[in-house]
Amino acid sequence: MSEKLLEIKDLHVVYETDEATVYAVNGLDLVVNKGETLGLVGETGAGKTTTALSIMKLLPDRIGLIKNGRIQFEEHDITKLSEADMRLVRGNSMSMIFQDPMTSLNPVLTIGYQIYEVLELHNNKMSKAQISAKVDEILKLVGLPPERKNEYPHQFSGGMKQRVVIAIALACEPKLLLADEPTTALDVTIQAQVLELMKGLKDKFNMAMILITHDLGVVAQTCDKVAIMYAGEIIELGSVKDIFESADHHPYTVGLFGSIPDMTKKTRRLNPIEGLMPDPTNLPKGCVFHARCPKCMEICKTKKPQSVTKNDHMIRCHLFKYA
Amino acid sequence: MFKYISKRLLMMIPVLIGVAFIIFTIMDFTPGDPARLILGEYAAQEDIDALREEMGLNENFFVRFGTYVKGAVTGDFGKSYRNNLPVSNEVGSRLPTTLKLTFLGMTLAVFIGIPIGVLSAVKQYTIIDNVTLIAALLLTSIPGFWLGLMMILFFSLRLDLLPATGIDSMKHFIMPSITLAAGTMATLIRMTRSTMLEVIRQDYIRTAKAKGGNEKRIIFIHALRNALLPVITLVGVNFGILLGGAVVIEAVFAIPGLGTLMIGAVRAKDTPVLIATVTCIALIGGLITLIVDILYIFIDPRIKSQYVKGSR
Repeated sequence: MSEKLLEIKDLHVVYETDEATVYAVNGLDLVVNKGETLGLVGETGAGKTTTALSIMKLLPDRIGLIKNGRIQFEEHDITKLSEADMRLVRGNSMSMIFQDPMTSLNPVLTIGYQIYEVLELHNNKMSKAQISAKVDEILKLVGLPPERKNEYPHQFSGGMKQRVVIAIALACEPKLLLADEPTTALDVTIQAQVLELMKGLKDKFNMAMILITHDLGVVAQTCDKVAIMYAGEIIELGSVKDIFESADHHPYTVGLFGSIPDMTKKTRRLNPIEGLMPDPTNLPKGCVFHARCPKCMEICKTKKPQSVTKNDHMIRCHLFKYA
Repeated sequence: MFKYISKRLLMMIPVLIGVAFIIFTIMDFTPGDPARLILGEYAAQEDIDALREEMGLNENFFVRFGTYVKGAVTGDFGKSYRNNLPVSNEVGSRLPTTLKLTFLGMTLAVFIGIPIGVLSAVKQYTIIDNVTLIAALLLTSIPGFWLGLMMILFFSLRLDLLPATGIDSMKHFIMPSITLAAGTMATLIRMTRSTMLEVIRQDYIRTAKAKGGNEKRIIFIHALRNALLPVITLVGVNFGILLGGAVVIEAVFAIPGLGTLMIGAVRAKDTPVLIATVTCIALIGGLITLIVDILYIFIDPRIKSQYVKGSR
């Protein structure tokens, strides 16, 4: 059994706005081992990004609140860490790649400085020249010519900007990388390059990664474990093999896979999951998925299903009762 | 860069001629004969006719304007109708005072307004934010001349701390520049606050936080420069407003600057002086706008690259 790096227990996160309280993450349990890649999959609004931001403790000020739960990262419980201590962790042993490379870089600072900064923050002992050399090295690593480090973000293409963002995230060789849809804003060829790059770097530094994505193809290619999220809960969790090949699935997972068009068959229409995700300000009683579930039973409408685990493959649904 | 600046300077020529033309036209339509103004109410009709002929006042309107512009280009702005002194001397001697007042006012507004704006954005919804909001509202709502008068009443008459009129020392400039700065300062506070708040919500600020930088670093290195871009435009625009505001403030504090000169010229239908003062203010306004546009290049690299392309 490999060593635990991150363990989330019963995490509840809400966004409190003037109009309503949004229940974004509701009782999430998750373990990420050292060097492991976990795919976090789910539709928009499932709470994937919120989960990542909670781990980084970067939830929006005054609005996003961790209501309950523990986030154990190495020896710290992040939920209890002070802001000053958290700053030492952020960008250093844990870092994040954001969704949109176009807006994630500061337009008035050179990309070289933006990489330099993170190194400067976490390496007190290094001299300026050493840090500069390291910046060059990192740029080469992500496939950018170091001569361009004095240029500004607007002088780079989208794929190159994402490489800069990756360079910033990897500069201090973090133990955990949170990649929030790192390829969503990029076109398919660049997507493949960036994923390949991330995979290579992950192996090089032996870091763990949580990859947030909608793209099941990406998950199959890059992940060891997959967690399917729905309305702030993980409804199915297992190895890539479990999720892609096992016979037992949560009905939502079935729907998710069903909505991918099959290239080999002739179909007239796509097969989406009917309906929409429940309103996060007013979650339904019982199973969060019951309103859209094709296999909904009476019990689903009243009682919340417990998680059922078989050989590390967890499903949270009343259809399954192994225990 | 050089090409851009010369282009902008050349573009100011039609603006200045336009301003001169408007004032010239307005003054031409107002009743009153300049020759009679110069010679006085009791002058003989023959003398007046002779002077009209000499000044070319009998010529067609456009010919007169043409003659004026021709003179102005060679540095001859005519002579004041009131005291027969060359206008350029008159404007030249008063311009430094107005410029000093305007720059002092602007410096005050910038160096107080922007930091307070940043502070109130960083401390959004706290007591500091609310107090600055109220202060800014007060400052914008108070008319400059009233504020000036109240300050004279309080600091000069009651406390006898500051002189009410004149320009003899820096002390004399304290109240006028505060009065002048008030409105602009309030605008800058509000503008800086709102642009700061907008910038703080940007993705790149989240990236900066994710690097583990502290709040000071995030505000000063990452947010401020981005937030200042619209604020600088506002500073440029407000320079014109301050120059205009100086006219009123100079009257309140009896400061011998362009403003008092201008008001005197309007009262006496002193056309050459009026055209010269208004055009002079327009020229300064234009130059400030140009300086602001050049400043942009140093703050925003995106604009720099656009303009390198444009000037090639």
